[in-house]
Amino acid sequence: MTELLLPLTVLAPLAAAVILFLSAGRLPARQAGPLATAAVGLSAIISTLLAVIVLSAPPSAPIRITLWNWMTLPGFPAEIAFALDPLSLLMILIVTIVGFLIHLYAIRYMQNDPDTARFFGSMTLFVAAMLVLVLSSDLLCLFIGWEGVGLCSWLLIGFWYTDPANTAAARKAFLITRTGDAALLCGLLLLATRTGTLRIDTLLQAVTSGQIPPAPLTAVALLLLTGALAKSAQIPFQSWLPDAMAGPTPTSALIHAATMVTAGIYLIARLHVLFAATPAVMTLMAVIGTLTLLMAACNALVQTDLKRILAWSTVSQLGYMFLALGTGIWQAALFHLMTHAFFKALLFLTAGAIIERVRHERNIFHMGGLLRATPGLAAAFLTGAAALAGLPLITAGFYSKELILSSVWQATFPVGGGLALSGHVLWSLALAGAFLTTLYIFRCFFIVFSGPPQTEISGTTPRLMTIPLACLSLLSLLGGIVEMPDTLAPVHLFTRMLDPSHPLPHTSDPAWLLLAGALTPIAGLALAWTLWGSANPVIREAPVPTPGAHRVLTARTVESRWRPGIVPDALFLRPLRILNRIGRYDLPDRLSDSISRALCRASTLAAQTRTSLIAHLSSRTLRITREGSLLLGRMQNGRVRWYAAWIATGLCATLAAAMLA
Amino acid sequence: MTALPPGDALLLAVILFSTGLAGILIRRNLLFMLMSIDIMLNAAALVFIAAGAKWHDATGQVMFLMILALAATETAAGLAIILRLHARGRPSLDADTGNLLRG
Amino acid sequence: MPVMILFAASLTVIGAVMVITRRIAVHAVLWLVVTFLALACVFTLLGAPFAAALEVIIYAGAIMVLFIFVIMMIGPAQPESDREKEWLRPRAWLGPAILATLLCGELLFGLRATPHTGTPAPITPRDVGLSLFGPCVMMVELASFLLLAGLVTAFHIGRHRPETP
Repeated sequence: MTELLLPLTVLAPLAAAVILFLSAGRLPARQAGPLATAAVGLSAIISTLLAVIVLSAPPSAPIRITLWNWMTLPGFPAEIAFALDPLSLLMILIVTIVGFLIHLYAIRYMQNDPDTARFFGSMTLFVAAMLVLVLSSDLLCLFIGWEGVGLCSWLLIGFWYTDPANTAAARKAFLITRTGDAALLCGLLLLATRTGTLRIDTLLQAVTSGQIPPAPLTAVALLLLTGALAKSAQIPFQSWLPDAMAGPTPTSALIHAATMVTAGIYLIARLHVLFAATPAVMTLMAVIGTLTLLMAACNALVQTDLKRILAWSTVSQLGYMFLALGTGIWQAALFHLMTHAFFKALLFLTAGAIIERVRHERNIFHMGGLLRATPGLAAAFLTGAAALAGLPLITAGFYSKELILSSVWQATFPVGGGLALSGHVLWSLALAGAFLTTLYIFRCFFIVFSGPPQTEISGTTPRLMTIPLACLSLLSLLGGIVEMPDTLAPVHLFTRMLDPSHPLPHTSDPAWLLLAGALTPIAGLALAWTLWGSANPVIREAPVPTPGAHRVLTARTVESRWRPGIVPDALFLRPLRILNRIGRYDLPDRLSDSISRALCRASTLAAQTRTSLIAHLSSRTLRITREGSLLLGRMQNGRVRWYAAWIATGLCATLAAAMLA
Repeated sequence: MTALPPGDALLLAVILFSTGLAGILIRRNLLFMLMSIDIMLNAAALVFIAAGAKWHDATGQVMFLMILALAATETAAGLAIILRLHARGRPSLDADTGNLLRG
Repeated sequence: MPVMILFAASLTVIGAVMVITRRIAVHAVLWLVVTFLALACVFTLLGAPFAAALEVIIYAGAIMVLFIFVIMMIGPAQPESDREKEWLRPRAWLGPAILATLLCGELLFGLRATPHTGTPAPITPRDVGLSLFGPCVMMVELASFLLLAGLVTAFHIGRHRPETP
């Protein structure tokens, strides 16, 4: 039974994608959306069925189905095979159910677009690729899904390709994730040469039996981590995700909630045994996660674009997941992944509905007073915001964030040389991040929904779009009760399901830990209310670009616009500003920047040297330098034959050197 | 039937390679440059065949197949570029004029 | 000294030299065909009949036909001949020729130690096929990828598009 159902989960969206792509233009646009939604819905039903089957009678070993042999190499099996264990079961549930709700929403959202078939084809292919990624029992097969996800994100971010900004964003996302993919591939190949297989179970056995020496293992872990960081938009690679807002809103929801960025988390959770064997990499992962969550939260605090705020908040929440993975409690990361999928999809879909109602205005300072006009959307957004902030007891985000915080509190992070970073430090940073999270999301909420109306509101939100919002609201509120901290109630359904053999060690946390985690969002909410929400808000006016902003505007990202310092500058703006400066550029930018600066310095140095030469030596020397530089410049003339000649000369010289030596 | 010792085949390959290289360096016409590249690729293929013959290993000929695929691809792409340049009003096919981007 | 070897090897070299010195492209292509046929003889003498057959079929056949097609599409060769004459003055070819000769000399000098003896035993197509679909199956995959990439590239570049100013 399961052997039949499992491939069908992937096949349904894949078939829909093929049909939609092949019939693009011939199929009436009206039918494309329902077809895609039905396919993903079928997939969701099948995964629910699978969940019922597996959970009612838990099999002793993961269910493994080999579809076919990909190729037969001596000493290296490569096959297309799926495996269903609790981890992949959870992932397919999230992907298909959230994906289905997003598709349902997109039917009406994309109704008037001329290219509906292409849109839904890419969306279903996206879901199919993600399902391949989470179901495959072989890392080589996983890589197919990994690349497929990257391809679909490129297709969807650049969906409105007539605008060059959109294609630029798509290309940026593709190139940055490709960088990570290359690292991932290197890691996989290294692993394959060491163990002779890429089957995950055999691989993990090889790791636990100590078959791989520590140095290559660390290299593999680092390379895999790089791949995961790029896919999940963590610190050196964070800049693609906010730009990915160029796509249609359902795409953003899909990328952020269900499919794309969770792939990195999944990869590390899947290979957690391998990472557990390399403590240094775990520490690095936790530190990167913490830095990212702080940096992204600070960035979200100063955005004016509604969707960009949500994008940065995704980066920040992914930082929490990496922090949890770094502690070794991967179940916490997955729990947060699940709740995050619910409330982030909800927030994005609501944002899409709001933006549609206010005539495609995305600047939150041009909205305002929407509470009276759109009470339903306001309620949905409030639910999502509360879950994101983790308001205690009533939201799902509270429980998942609490699990992460308590696991961080208990953990220690070995740095090397006998030193270790205490979990308490990262815990306090993560708590500060939670405070900032509440602050930015309620800043957004109050600015958009309270105060005087700034724009006219037109139309109504169709019923078909509100149904997914209601479902997701319910899930964001109630999705967290499957796992609770011991202090409240000993409910551990989630972690038991994921790993029945090794339940989480529940050491007794001090009760004030939970209290601190509960009070922080409330404090953030109170501050946000005083600053932006109350009848006489402290900060109301739209931000004015500071003198530095011009440079930023030209410098490719319209990221930071600081309001003049009504808020005590030193209190939190200044540290945030420093963090934001770090976040504004990504690594390649920084590299090119420093190179150009070094070049600039070098050229001034050269000019000074030359003037001193003029002063001290005759003009003859000057002529020689000039001739030399011209000669060197002539090498770079763009002519193929000259380049070939230089290659040949180099070959001659190398051969001569080799022979004389 | 007489047989060629693999060592001598290497000499022939060296001469062929140098000839192809000279062709690339001397000719300005893109068509001739492509032909010269084909000559050089053939020299490389000859080395593989000779090595395969010396150690009596079929892998040399597998590599020859790879070079064949490479040459086919390279020629197809190169000729497509030539056709494109010709269509855009550069009938002289001068390799030295293509040195500026968006030229 | 077997006449066959000398004949095939010298014909290969002469053909290659003729290719790079012709002024008219069609002549060069014809000489290139001669070179490839002679090289196929060399392959046979090296005990690689399969490679020789492929050389004739694919190189001298398919790829050369491609060249001929393009030359035909590009058009008359007469003004080209004068221009090539202009381009082929000693000043233009002396430097490259010296460079190539230097490289040739160095390589020959490096090869002087290789033993010039031994007769190769032929490697049959059966052997090649067995290794192609045995240990070297990755090679087949790679070649297919390469050809697909070439196909897409040629299609994309050669597509007729309205000129953008």
